[in-house]
Amino acid sequence: MGDILSLVLKRLGYGLITLLVISVIIFFMVELLPGDIAQAVLGQGATEENLAALREQMGLNDPAPVRYFEWLLGAIQGDFGASIISGERVSSVIGERFMNTLFLAAYAAVIAVPFAITLGIIVALLRNTLFDRVANVLTLTSISSPEFFLGYILILYFSVKWGMFPAIASLSQDMTIMELLERTFLPALTLVLVVTAHMMRMTRAAIINLLASPYIEMARLKGTPPWKVIVRHALPNAWAPIINVVALNLAYLITGVVLVEVVFVYPGIGQALVDAVSKRDFPIVQACCLIFAGTFILLNLAADVGAILTNPRLRHPK
Amino acid sequence: MSVFVITYFGLLIATSCAAAYWNQRGPFLTLFSLTLVSFVLGIVGGAGALRFVAIAAGMIAFAAGISYAFREFLVLITSHNLSKEIKTAPLTASFGMFVIFTYAVAGIFAPWIAPYGESEVISSAFAPADENMLLGADQLGRDMFSRIIYGARNTVGLALLATVAAFLMGAFAGLLAATKGGWFDQVLGRIADIIMSIPSLIFALLMLSIFGPQVIVIIVAVAIIYAPRVFRLTRAVAGNVVVMDYIEAAKLRGEKTWYLIRREILPNSTAPLIAEFGLEFCFVFLLVAGLSFLGLGVQPPTADWGSMVRENATLISFGEITPLIPAAAIALLTVAVNFVVDWMLFRSSGLKEQ
Amino acid sequence: MADKKKSVLLEIKDLKIEGYTGEEWVPIIKGVDLTLHKGEVMGLIGESGAGKSTIGAAAMGYARDGTRISGGSIEFDGMELTTASESERRALRGKRIAYVAQSAAASFNPAHKIIDQHTEAPLHYRIQKRLEAQEDAMELYERLRLPNPKEIGFRYPHQVSGGQLQRAMTAMAMACRPDLIIFDEPTTALDVTTQIEVLAAIRDIVDQFDTAAIYITHDLAVVAQMADTIKVLLKGDEVEEAPTEEMLSNPKEDYTKSLWAVRSFQRPQKARPKDATPLISVQNVDAAYTGGVKVLDDVSFDIYEGMTVAVVGESGSGKSTTARVITGLLPPSNGQVLFKGEPLPASYLDRSKDQLRQSQMIYQMADTALNPKVRIADIIGRPAQFYSGLEGAALKARVDELLDLIELEPSQYYNRYPPELSGGQKQRIGIARALAAEPTFIICDEVTSALDQLVAEGILRLLDRLQNELNLAYMFITHDLATVRSIADEVVVMQHGKVVEQGPKDVMFKPPHHPYTDLLLSSVPEMDPNWLTTLLEERGVDNVGESADV
Repeated sequence: MGDILSLVLKRLGYGLITLLVISVIIFFMVELLPGDIAQAVLGQGATEENLAALREQMGLNDPAPVRYFEWLLGAIQGDFGASIISGERVSSVIGERFMNTLFLAAYAAVIAVPFAITLGIIVALLRNTLFDRVANVLTLTSISSPEFFLGYILILYFSVKWGMFPAIASLSQDMTIMELLERTFLPALTLVLVVTAHMMRMTRAAIINLLASPYIEMARLKGTPPWKVIVRHALPNAWAPIINVVALNLAYLITGVVLVEVVFVYPGIGQALVDAVSKRDFPIVQACCLIFAGTFILLNLAADVGAILTNPRLRHPK
Repeated sequence: MSVFVITYFGLLIATSCAAAYWNQRGPFLTLFSLTLVSFVLGIVGGAGALRFVAIAAGMIAFAAGISYAFREFLVLITSHNLSKEIKTAPLTASFGMFVIFTYAVAGIFAPWIAPYGESEVISSAFAPADENMLLGADQLGRDMFSRIIYGARNTVGLALLATVAAFLMGAFAGLLAATKGGWFDQVLGRIADIIMSIPSLIFALLMLSIFGPQVIVIIVAVAIIYAPRVFRLTRAVAGNVVVMDYIEAAKLRGEKTWYLIRREILPNSTAPLIAEFGLEFCFVFLLVAGLSFLGLGVQPPTADWGSMVRENATLISFGEITPLIPAAAIALLTVAVNFVVDWMLFRSSGLKEQ
Repeated sequence: MADKKKSVLLEIKDLKIEGYTGEEWVPIIKGVDLTLHKGEVMGLIGESGAGKSTIGAAAMGYARDGTRISGGSIEFDGMELTTASESERRALRGKRIAYVAQSAAASFNPAHKIIDQHTEAPLHYRIQKRLEAQEDAMELYERLRLPNPKEIGFRYPHQVSGGQLQRAMTAMAMACRPDLIIFDEPTTALDVTTQIEVLAAIRDIVDQFDTAAIYITHDLAVVAQMADTIKVLLKGDEVEEAPTEEMLSNPKEDYTKSLWAVRSFQRPQKARPKDATPLISVQNVDAAYTGGVKVLDDVSFDIYEGMTVAVVGESGSGKSTTARVITGLLPPSNGQVLFKGEPLPASYLDRSKDQLRQSQMIYQMADTALNPKVRIADIIGRPAQFYSGLEGAALKARVDELLDLIELEPSQYYNRYPPELSGGQKQRIGIARALAAEPTFIICDEVTSALDQLVAEGILRLLDRLQNELNLAYMFITHDLATVRSIADEVVVMQHGKVVEQGPKDVMFKPPHHPYTDLLLSSVPEMDPNWLTTLLEERGVDNVGESADV
C-alpha cells in the first residue's frame, strides 16, 4: 500500500503546485495592464491627483509580490477583496452565485453521467452496427453545436412554442425543490445534451480499447458468455478510463456553464464573470477565474487519484 | 385522413415492400420500423408530427443525394491517387466536404454574393422577410442574409487564423521537444500542463478582460490556449517516430535537429497532424463563437455569427427562428469538419477499431 | 507417441478464411486441410503471415475481429463448427478445446487472482465446486513444477514472472481436462533458458493427460521437440505434412528443404593479428540508465580490424547497451572506448564527423530502421552526400555502386520506397546505408533474427563477402548461437551486464565452459527431436524447475 500512498501524495502535491502557479498567472496577468488598475478604472482622462488617491486607497503602492501574497492569503480565507466598480466585497457578490452554479452543474451531472456511460457502453458493444453509426452522427452533431444554439432551440420549443418550461431561470429564496428543478430544467438539459455526447464518445472509445486486450480474447476462448466477459473481465479494468471520462466531462461542464447561464439569465458565477469582464472589474474576474481553475484542477486530480486507486497492479504490489 | 397522411403511409409501405422484395435487409428494417413508429406518432401528434418526420426524412435524403453527387464530382476532378481515397469516403464525410466547400465559396466571394453591405441599414429594425431581404432585417434594420454571408468571411476567417497560429506554435514546439528530449522536453511539457489546467473559456475571458476585446488579442489568446493541446499531440505523434531506428541512424550520422524534423519526422507525422488541425479548428471556432456571443469577441458593426445570435435573441421569445440561423451556421460547419476528421482518423487508424 | 489407430478428433477440410483490410475481404487462409487424432500433437510451422495462428483460432470455431471463415468445414469430434450456433461453439471452448496464448502477461486479466481465472471455466461448466477446482489447480501447478504450488495461484498476474505465468496458463488450459489444446507460440516471448522449463512442462503434461495439441511456432527446433507430426505453412497454404522424424530427415518440398538447410553456412575462423592495435577497444565500461540502475559492470573486450566479434547473451544481459556505449548514445559512467588506440568522446554529440563515419550500425528491424517515406536512393545516398559531399551524377553513380554491392539491381530499386520491399531486401538497404559511409567498423544488432532462415543466410553470406572485400570489423550482437557458429571469430558471453567469458570461437564452443555459457549453449533448441529429452536427463528433471526464473 505504500506505493499507492506515495503516488497519491505526489499527485496531490503536483496539483497544489499547479494551483499555485495558476494563482500567480491570474494575479500577475492583471499587472500586465497598460498603465495600472487605477488607470483602467478611471480611464485616460483621469487627473494625477485622482489616480494617486485611488492607488493609495487600493494599496497599489505596495510592490507586486507583497500584494500577491496578501491577495492569496485572503483568497484562501475566501476574501477576494472588493469590487472596483461597486465597492462590494467580492465574496458577497459571488458566494451565493457559486452555490447556484454548483447546483446547476450537479443537476446536469446527475442526469448525464449514468445516462452517458450506459449509452457509451451499449454503443461500444454494438460497434459498427447501424445503431452505432446513427449514434456517432448524433453525438458528433451535438458536440459540434455551440451551447447557445442548443439552449435557444430548447427555449424556442419547450418554452415559447409548447410552454412547458420557463425560458428564464430566475431563482428566489422561497422556492420549493420541485419548483427549483422545474425552473432550472432547460439550462440543465442543455448541459446534459452537450456533456452526454462527449461522455458517450469517450466511454465508447475506452471500452473498445479495453475489449481489444488479449485477456478479453482469452476470456472468450475460455467459453465465458458475453455478459460475463463484460462484467467480470472488462468492467474491473474499465474503472480508471471511466473515472477519467467522467472527471474530464465534469470539468467541461464548468466551462459550458458560463454560456448556458448567459442564455438562460441564470444567477450563477459564470454570468458574474462575464459581467465583470465587460466592466473590467478585475477583483471579481480574478476570483472567478481562480474558482473555475481550482475546480477544474480538483476534478482532474480526482480522476488521477481514482485511476491510481483502481489500478490492480498498484493495489496488489509485488 | 388528409391526402398527405395517405400518401405518407402509402409511400412508406410501398418502399418497404420494394426493399423486402429486393432483399435489402438494412433499408427494409429502417423503412418498416419508421412505418411502425409513424403509426404511433400519427395517433399521438397528428398530421403535424408526421409532416415533421417527412420534412426531416426529405432533408436527410436531400443531404445524402448532394453528398453522393459531390463525392462523384470530387472523384472525377482529382488525381488518380486522391480519387481512390475519396471513393472510400462515407457519405457523412463527403457531406462535410461539400459544406466546407460551400462555406469557402461564401466567405471568399462574400461581397459579390451578398446583396447588401454588412453594415448597411436598409429598413426598419426586425423588418420581416420580403423579396429584397431573404431573411428579414436585424435589430438595426440591416439585411440578415448579407450579414450571414459576410459572417462566413469574418467568423471563419478569424477562427482559421487563430487555429493556424496555435497550430504553428504547438506543432513546432512539439516537434522540437520530441527531437531534443531531455530538460527542454520536460520544461515545455510542464508549461503545457499548467496552461491546460485552466479551462479554455475562462483563460480567454481573463485575457480579454485585461487587453480588451480586439481581434489581435483574440488570436493571441486562442493561440496560447490551444498551442499546448497541439503540442501534446505533436509530441506524442513525433515521439512515436523518434524512437524509430532510422532516427537513431540519422542522429549517429551527425545530422542536425532541423534536418531530423524536416526530412525524417515530419513526413511520418502529417496524417495525424492534419486530422488534429481539423479538430483544433472545431474547438477554436466554438470558443471564438462563444466569446462573440458573450459580446467579448468581434465587435460591431462587423458581421459575426456569435454576436448576431446575441443581438437578435429577443426574437426567439416571439417564436422566430431567424436568430438561430447564424447559430446553425456555426453548428453546421463544425459538424462538417468533424465528419471529415472522423473519416480521416478512421483511415489513419486503419483496422485498429475493428 | 503418435498412434494412428486412434480416432480422429479434429478434421479441417478446405478451410478458407478472409481478413478485412478496411476496403475489401482478402483471403488469408486459402484452403487448408488438417486431421488430428486423439492424443496427437501437431506442429504448425511457418513464417509470420503464414496464417498458422488464424488456423489455431479456427480450430476453436473462432474468427478474430476483422476475419471471417468463408469456406470449408471444421469438424470437432463429430460436430461441425462452421454451421454450429455461437452458443454451441462457446460450450466447447475452455471445456473441450483450450487455448494457450503467446503472451501470458497480457492474456491474464490484471484484475483477478490467477487461481480465480483458472477456476472460472470448471465453475462455469459445473464440473467442479470451487474448493475442488482450487485443489485441482494446485495439483496442476505442482505437476507443471511451479514454485510454491499451494500459494502461487493466490497472486495476481503481475506478481509472477513470465515463465511461471506461461506455465500457469498451461495449467489453466488443463483445468477442464480438454481433448485439445491450441498452443499459440507459447515460448516465443521467453528467453532460451526459461523456454526449456516451459517446453518441458508443457510436453510432460500433454503426455500425462494424453491431450491432443496443435503447437504453433516459427521455431523449427522447438517444434521438433514437441510434435508428433509437423505441418508446414506458407502464405495461407499448406506446403507439406509428415511425421516429425521423417520431416526432419527427408523433407520433400523445396521450401521445407530451404528451411532445414540453412545452418550449413560456415566461414573459416580468423585469428587476431599479432602486435596490432585493436580497432575498437572497450575498456572497463560501467553504464547506468537514468534512475541509477547499473546495466553494465566492468565490461572490456577488443575488436580487431577485419574480424567479427559476436556478443552473446539473453535479453537484459547488456549486449545492446554495450552497443549504445560504443556508438555514444549512452555515455558510460566509468571506463572508455578507444578507436585505433585513441579515446572516443563519450557522447556521439562530441564526436567528429570522421569518427561518426568510421563506425556504422545495422539494425534488427529493417522496418523501423528505414524511413518509410524516403526513397531508397535518398536513404543510401544521404551518408555519401553528408560525409563525402557527393552531388548529382557522382552521387547517383555511388548509389548504383552500393546497390550493386548488396546484389540489388540499381534501376529497379532506385526510386522505390521501403514499404514496397521484402524483409531481406530492406535489410540489404540497411547494409548499403552503413556501407555508404565507408566505415571500418559495423555493429550488427540481431540483424538476422527478424528474417526467415533462408533470407538470413543470404544476409550472412553477403556480410561475410563484404568483410573480405572491404576489410570491415563487425560486432555481432545476437542471441542465436547458430549465427555465432557460422560467422564469428571471437565470442563474448554476457550476463546481467557483465562479461562472463570471452575467447576465440573454437575455444568457446568446446568444454569446459563457464557454468552460464554452458547453460546458454545447452538451452538453445536443436533440430534433433530427442534433444529436449536428452538434455533433461542430463540436467536431472528437478533441476529444471528450480533453476533461476526471473
